Amino acid sequence: MLKVLKSGFFTSIQDLGRFGYRDMGVPVSGAMDNNSVKKANLLLDNEPDAAVMEITMTGPTLLFEAPTFICLSGAYLSPTLNNEPLDNYKVIKVLKGDILSYGKLVNGFRSYLAIKGGFQTVKVLESRSQYFPVTKYRCLKDRNEIDFKETVSFSPTISEIKMESHFDLDYLEVYKGPEFSILSDNQLAALFSKTFSVSKENNRMAYQLSELIEGHKTSMLTSGTLPGTVQFTPAGRLIILMKDGQTTGGYPRILQLSEASINVLAQKKFGDTFSFKLL
Amino acid sequence: MEWPNKVEESILEDILQFVECFKALNLPNWEMSAAYNSLTLVNFREEVDFENINELILECYSKRMDSKVKNERFLWKIPVCYNIDFGIDIEEVSKTLKLSVKELIELHTSFEYMVYGIGFLPGFMYLGGLPEALEIPRRKEPRLSVAKGSVGLASKQTGIYPQDSPGGWNIIGSCPIPIFNPKLEKPCFVNVGDKIQFYEISRAEYDLRKIEGEVGIYKPEKIALDA
Repeated sequence: MLKVLKSGFFTSIQDLGRFGYRDMGVPVSGAMDNNSVKKANLLLDNEPDAAVMEITMTGPTLLFEAPTFICLSGAYLSPTLNNEPLDNYKVIKVLKGDILSYGKLVNGFRSYLAIKGGFQTVKVLESRSQYFPVTKYRCLKDRNEIDFKETVSFSPTISEIKMESHFDLDYLEVYKGPEFSILSDNQLAALFSKTFSVSKENNRMAYQLSELIEGHKTSMLTSGTLPGTVQFTPAGRLIILMKDGQTTGGYPRILQLSEASINVLAQKKFGDTFSFKLL
Repeated sequence: MEWPNKVEESILEDILQFVECFKALNLPNWEMSAAYNSLTLVNFREEVDFENINELILECYSKRMDSKVKNERFLWKIPVCYNIDFGIDIEEVSKTLKLSVKELIELHTSFEYMVYGIGFLPGFMYLGGLPEALEIPRRKEPRLSVAKGSVGLASKQTGIYPQDSPGGWNIIGSCPIPIFNPKLEKPCFVNVGDKIQFYEISRAEYDLRKIEGEVGIYKPEKIALDA
């Protein structure tokens, strides 16, 4: 068991996502920054769909009640194990009674805690990803207890990777969306020359951008949307749907982020800036 | 995939015909969601060769009429309590539309609404076929929270809020049974292409159905539609 002593700002269990229920309106969910999760699971020799903990901005305090091995990745939130500082992307042995806690946010926005064998929470519709109301709760709460399999010994194939963070990029790569052609020359010029910033309205569902561009009067029938779809409201606001984003929407879909850029955006927070780069 | 920009049953039929044909290919990892005049095909789990899949889709579309598989379609009878406790806007709506509350309920329950899409939130149905007499603009100020099950009207649409959420629709009643229940093997009993007809229930029946819905024993009445 892992005891959640303090849950932090927004901490949830995520895996690769919930596939096969889109036709019922169920978003895919899953880790916002898959790139970081993949590496952590790889270092622990986990299956790619092993469930991890997604930690947003302010980290939790966690008590391990059994020995295991963990790996941290993504945003660096000054983690410590029994008050000893830890590095990201390194296999760490954990003993019964150890306490993992987090401090100051140094870079990024979402940090990941992967554990040997993955977290063993209940699967709902074939996934452990927390998404309300498919799962009972949208995130972890103080005093939650989370199952994992005890591991006493493990020799990792690779025990550590040194890497440049993939998320300090100041641009997002985009494809043309289905309604790209509605954009006027003015709107196109603004879209690809302006620097945009993340507004306060940003979460697992969507990131709204602070800057507006010239609006439009195009009305369309509701149609499919995906993580990374950039919606364009009549008032000229840009909304980028993320992993818990709605499966359909009625705003023109002018751009689509590449998968790599979804990972990059997932690590941006209120006020962070970027521009769009057309692929 | 996009069809002409119109809300028409014949367009939806054509889309669903293609869906059956594509499903028959048994390609793993592909998900499809239809809405009005479009079909979104998604594969989250593997690299997609765009040229290849494009060819396959076109071939499949050209052969869609050969498909013998027909998914059964149903008309679902959905209970709604129009009591003022739930239909918090019903009096205002009746005034605006110049209908008595009784006439409004009669109108709302006498039509079969086509399910043109399921999306936005889990179990949210985009319903078409609302009579013109019930068309009313969205509320000027959206509410921060509309209760789960609320039945609303907004321009050409009527529908049920599948969960508590912000919203600007005019609320005329409440449906006590969940359209989406993640505890069930098939969490959403309705499919795109099905039809919905509402019927009025009393406050007492609402309470009963609500409990049945919560414990998952409520079986909504359905009538098979001839394709």
